[in-house]
Amino acid sequence: MGSRASRLLREEEIEEIKKETGFSHRKITRLYRRFTSLDKGENGTLSREDFQRIPELDQVNFRGFMRTLAHFRPIDQDNEKNKNPSATEPLNSRTNKLLFAFRLYDLDRDGKISRDELLQVLRMIVGVNVSDEELGSIADRTIQEADTNGDGYISFNEFIMVLEKGNVDVEQMMSIWFLH
Amino acid sequence: GQSHTFFLLLICVVSPVKGEAVSQHGHSSNITGIPIISFKWHHVETPYLVAFWVLVSFLGKLVIEANHHVTSVIPESALLICFGFILGGMIWAADKVQTFRLTPTVFFFYLLPQVILDAGYHMPNKLFFTNLGGILVHAVIGTCWNAASLGLSLWGCQMGGAMGDLDIGLLQYLLFGSLMAAVDPVAVIAVFEQVHVNDVLFIMVFGESLLNDGVTVVLFNVFDAFVSLGGPKIDAAEIIKGIVSFFVVAFGGSLVGLVFGLLISLLTRCTKNIQIIEPGFIFVLGYLSYLTAEMLSLSAILSIVFCGMCCQKYINANMDENSVQTVRYAMKAFANGSETIIFVFLGISAIDKVIWVWNTGFILLTLLFVLVYRFIGVFFLTWILNRYRLVPLEFVDQVIMSYGGLRGAVAYGLAVMLDENKIKEKNLMVCTTLIVVYFTVILQGITMKPLVMWLKVKRAAVTEVSLLEKLTNKMFNHTLVAIEDISGQIGHNYMRSKWKYFEENWMSWILMKPSARKKQDQVFDVFHQLNLKDAMEYVTEGERRGSLEFVRNENSIIDFKKKSESESFDINNANMSNDHGAMSTTSRDPIPSVSLEMHEQIMKAVREAEAINAHHLLDQHLYKSRKQHRHRFSRSHFDINRDEKEVQEIFQRTMRNRLKSFTSAKMGVKPPKTIVKHTQKEQQQKPMKILSRSFLGSEGDSASGYDQSYMRATYRAGAGIENPAFMPDLDPMDLLQIPPWLGESELDSSMVALSHRAQVDLPRTPSNLRRLAPLRISTRSTDSFTLENIPDTQSATPITDNIYAWF
Repeated sequence: MGSRASRLLREEEIEEIKKETGFSHRKITRLYRRFTSLDKGENGTLSREDFQRIPELDQVNFRGFMRTLAHFRPIDQDNEKNKNPSATEPLNSRTNKLLFAFRLYDLDRDGKISRDELLQVLRMIVGVNVSDEELGSIADRTIQEADTNGDGYISFNEFIMVLEKGNVDVEQMMSIWFLH
Repeated sequence: GQSHTFFLLLICVVSPVKGEAVSQHGHSSNITGIPIISFKWHHVETPYLVAFWVLVSFLGKLVIEANHHVTSVIPESALLICFGFILGGMIWAADKVQTFRLTPTVFFFYLLPQVILDAGYHMPNKLFFTNLGGILVHAVIGTCWNAASLGLSLWGCQMGGAMGDLDIGLLQYLLFGSLMAAVDPVAVIAVFEQVHVNDVLFIMVFGESLLNDGVTVVLFNVFDAFVSLGGPKIDAAEIIKGIVSFFVVAFGGSLVGLVFGLLISLLTRCTKNIQIIEPGFIFVLGYLSYLTAEMLSLSAILSIVFCGMCCQKYINANMDENSVQTVRYAMKAFANGSETIIFVFLGISAIDKVIWVWNTGFILLTLLFVLVYRFIGVFFLTWILNRYRLVPLEFVDQVIMSYGGLRGAVAYGLAVMLDENKIKEKNLMVCTTLIVVYFTVILQGITMKPLVMWLKVKRAAVTEVSLLEKLTNKMFNHTLVAIEDISGQIGHNYMRSKWKYFEENWMSWILMKPSARKKQDQVFDVFHQLNLKDAMEYVTEGERRGSLEFVRNENSIIDFKKKSESESFDINNANMSNDHGAMSTTSRDPIPSVSLEMHEQIMKAVREAEAINAHHLLDQHLYKSRKQHRHRFSRSHFDINRDEKEVQEIFQRTMRNRLKSFTSAKMGVKPPKTIVKHTQKEQQQKPMKILSRSFLGSEGDSASGYDQSYMRATYRAGAGIENPAFMPDLDPMDLLQIPPWLGESELDSSMVALSHRAQVDLPRTPSNLRRLAPLRISTRSTDSFTLENIPDTQSATPITDNIYAWF
């Protein structure tokens, strides 16, 4: 993508994004406006300074932005029911949402959640009252509960099994309502 | 068999009792002698009857619940109604008139509030507020639709001549419609309770049944007023007043409830000293919120619901664990009891010739319309709602929602409240209402479960929430807020996080005790609960094996920074045992994490203890009998030491120092060289025995292992108070595993007593664990709660003399 400030979004790009993410034309233009408003440096990418609260992101371009947001669209119920095995799954399918959740833990993308990765997440979301050792115990216990094959890591399948138990409403938990 | 005799007895009691009532008059005016006993029925009539009917209802429930096969097919509420039929029949046979009915006063003031308070207190707030939009739509619009459609259709049918000759005007039909329209919470609970449908479906129906009271009250009062005013006087102004009154009633009622809820929360913040009657506040204030709303002609049900919903979090946090349990159980008991009585009396009230006015058309058409319009209303509204919902309601769920629109005692109560002067056909309406109630509760109740199974409705999840689920849930809460923020919209999660922020920083600050506020972290809470559960299991496991062995982990000296004291003591006291073998594995094994924590607790507590006044410390760590003496001891002389010889010497030295400090109250006295003399074995034995007895209680000699060498000792670094002598290494010292100063009483009684207690009184709650504890590392002088179960076998006196004699 170019580096000129407030570059207009081309029609064909919108089409591509629409196919990839499933957002409607109107939503894409709206989100593009949002993207450019976040993009303070006006270089067509969002950098760390733009995302004040998310320190881990380096550079996000609009496609990446949309791709990520696409995960949060509510699940298309018809899609779920009539699964076309040959077509690629839309980004907001149930499996892809779970994969997204999994990747939030599995930072090094090795397909398993290790104790350290869990600790990092725990540190971020548990309050300051809890010490590191307690956190370590929590992480240990979490792995112990979910780890069925005993390798000390949580694989994607084990992760799915835990979340599919029914206590957590996956669809509710990983969707937001994108306004018109 | 037994039930027959019971019922016969009942009749025998009831009939003569009624007869006696008359003959008591004038009794006092013509006594001829001193009556030894006299039968004063009218003296106790009212309370006696009340208590009697409560007893009868409960006995009925007892009989019904005796057979589970029956109750799994027919819901208990239906059976209770049938029981009521039988009772009503008996009374009617005896009296020829129905003397007992479910009167509106009794129902609305004494039976209904508890049920609703229980519903509000146990309401899953998060689920409720997530679905609040849908619930409100159904409660308000749905109920209005039900009322209007029913009233108008019936009127239309009357105009069409389907009902014969009835003297009911349009307004009266609308009034009837409004009282028939409301889904009843009592009936919903009673029927859905055994079906266990998924959470969302349940909360939609249940929430609707609670919130529609706001609408019902308004509609009923408005139409009642219209009926009184008469047709011509109704103009636009009156209608507008009616609409305004809806908002006032609904929001006013909720506000009253909220105020009372906050009041309860504030109160529980200060009731630390009256923990016994703490639970009473919730009941009293809940009831007052109900009555206050009723007094201001606002919606009483809304008031008590919001009262319960608002205060649940804070009172659970503020109150003592025992009080929380008490509230929970008492509320369930009251609510369940009330429900029982309500259903029994619903049955009894039917057997009353006065209300047996039959009009086939009216009754059948009412039934039909109630059912049909419910389905239409629900499907239409859900279709609209689904376009705005994240997770749309499925078709099957909608069917159950429609079918679950049960009418119950509220409708009956309202019907009985109708003024028969204004409404000529009141009895017909009462009769119809009862028939509709029976239809929904009995027939729909029986068929609900098979329908749910047949339609394969998603059921409620019964499994325990694991840590990973809780963690992921929380993480996603944050993620969703971030995404909403990024994509630039104010969404559900944004509002929720804003509310959470407000709640955590303002409301909790005002309404929760400071100690309770610290414990609020959710993930940690789950972890804590799981650990406690583990701990309890280990203790019972250890008991089963006959001994509480422990292996100390020498590597773990970890510092807990901010764990609140009571928590640490709970956990600490809960478990001092471990599996031997388990300790060999390292971090991946679950047990080390628990033992680690136990261990850390001990360390922390020990170090904390060090920091506090030695005098106070001693009070805690020595036995009761020692309290008479002023004790001091030095903490500065204990070192880590593994060498046997050195250990011996250190033992001597420390012994000397300790005993010296008993007499001279000096600290840090340098051991005299004469200590060398005492290294002979027999002399070692004696002080050991004496001291062991002194520290461990009078059964010292009899306890095994005391004779063996205490000499081998492994220290834990930083464990200042530990006396090497009493820290034996491994197996032979089974019973001496706990350093005595850490033990509250002698090893024998404490250790063995633990097993007795554990077997007899298996710990279920953290508060129970406290009682279990042989170990109490508390820096507060709360001796009583651990010592309460420990038999006081310490006979102190000759021993201290021995100590002094040694010098």
